[in-house]
Amino acid sequence: MIANRSDFAVLKPFRLGARGPFRFTIWHGVALLAALAIAVGIGEAQAQAAAGKPGIVETILKWTPLLAQGFALNIAMSFMAMAIGTAVGVPLGLAQISLLPPVRTGSWFVTQFFRNSPWLVLLFYCMLLLPFELRIGNTIIPLPGWLKSTIGLSLPVMANVSELVRGAVRSIPFGQWEAAESVAMSRRQTLTMVILPQCIKRMTPPWMNLYAILTVATPLTSVVGVSEAMTLTGDILSSEARTELLVPMYLYLLLWFFIYCYPIARATLALEKRFAVK
Amino acid sequence: MALDLQPIWDCFRVLNETTGIKLTIFYDTFDRARFFNGFLTSVRLMAVCLVASVVIGVVGAWIQGSRLRVLRLVTQGYIQFFRNTPPLVQLYFFYFALGSYLKITSGNGIATPIVSNFTWAAICLSFYAGAFNVEIFRAGIEAVPRETLEAAESLGYSRLKAYAYVILPLAFRISLPALNNNLVNLIKTTTIAYAIAVPEMLYVANQIWSDESNVPEMMNVLLIVYVSLVGLLVWVMGRWERALTIPGYSPV
Repeated sequence: MIANRSDFAVLKPFRLGARGPFRFTIWHGVALLAALAIAVGIGEAQAQAAAGKPGIVETILKWTPLLAQGFALNIAMSFMAMAIGTAVGVPLGLAQISLLPPVRTGSWFVTQFFRNSPWLVLLFYCMLLLPFELRIGNTIIPLPGWLKSTIGLSLPVMANVSELVRGAVRSIPFGQWEAAESVAMSRRQTLTMVILPQCIKRMTPPWMNLYAILTVATPLTSVVGVSEAMTLTGDILSSEARTELLVPMYLYLLLWFFIYCYPIARATLALEKRFAVK
Repeated sequence: MALDLQPIWDCFRVLNETTGIKLTIFYDTFDRARFFNGFLTSVRLMAVCLVASVVIGVVGAWIQGSRLRVLRLVTQGYIQFFRNTPPLVQLYFFYFALGSYLKITSGNGIATPIVSNFTWAAICLSFYAGAFNVEIFRAGIEAVPRETLEAAESLGYSRLKAYAYVILPLAFRISLPALNNNLVNLIKTTTIAYAIAVPEMLYVANQIWSDESNVPEMMNVLLIVYVSLVGLLVWVMGRWERALTIPGYSPV
């Protein structure tokens, strides 16, 4: 730690998001909603003056249950992709620190490949190249579009989790390995009883961050034809066929995602602060 | 062209005839031209967004250090909004919702958009990546000790000059690794321009595999091209990072 040794540091440690200079509170939310209500109110007045159509708020409320269904699919896909990605990514990350060179190189290659390819391309890959049903013996397992795209989403998640695991293991001071060795622990014991328990704590904030990234990536599945919130918004807009509805409707959808993701971002920051090494 | 590439293209035709691997983008002149154009459009979109997002990051980080509370609040609102909402929905919002107002209706009643879909994609992606860059540069600026700024002020630097000549050069160096990550992310996110029919690589590849029904080949080509582009960026940024290191100082 050269930076902390001298009285006049060249640079202090780089800590991303360590200090939130400002946070949204419930009052900002209220103010924002009030502003939104006024803005929509003006549009409403105009719309009703123009023709005897139902108001914007009324229309949005009418479609809210349908939108909620779509959004629920988004959340379900994000949960499943996260579960699959973590379940495969953790062993892959451990393979990256394996003592066997072929295992290490192979898992490194897989990780880098899926980490560096675009999510949308991977989605297309799974959507077009996976069969629409799986035949095992006599049982036929159908693979609907949403399931295939969930698998597509879980591939980059897997690679990112793998990198998280590798990074976390490497961030544990080497002295810990030596100490475990000096009390005659095997490599497996060292990993499961000393190293990994400490890694879980370090991995939680970036893992949550990854989940937020995954959630905002789920609308990508609309491009490959899954009827989630984004697709449904498009359908609603084309069935209403009113241009004044475009801005409020898309803003409404953005708001749904914001309300879901912002608390996750705050919680990630709070955890990071709590786990920070002083 | 002085160099005759025809023998190489013919190799791929032979590859198709012998193994059935159908890489039309190499031996079919029409497919080759459109794939190359798609590639160029992608690279152009990436280049525009890389530069614009870094500029947004630098300017935003400067505004975040401003004394005006309103300015800070607006920047923070911008960052949180773009970070916590799906980029695809942002793109749709810009292109379909805002774009619907920006149209000129000519004499014959046909409405032509003022802003093209490529420009919308560039604007949206730059703001999206820029929101992350602001945070990255702010963290870098925080790593610059207060004393350095005071020293600059005591030499008569104004706030802007101190930022440009003293703070930013130091902050930029320490922000580079995080910036790398975000720019790689940006490169990958440019594929969403597909959704508003920007003729970039994914869009063109989709057209080609619909015409030639060679989905697996085109998908693999796409993956290889994108992974190579990302690899190229990582390599260039890595070299730049090494070139910019402060002698005798290694970040923790």
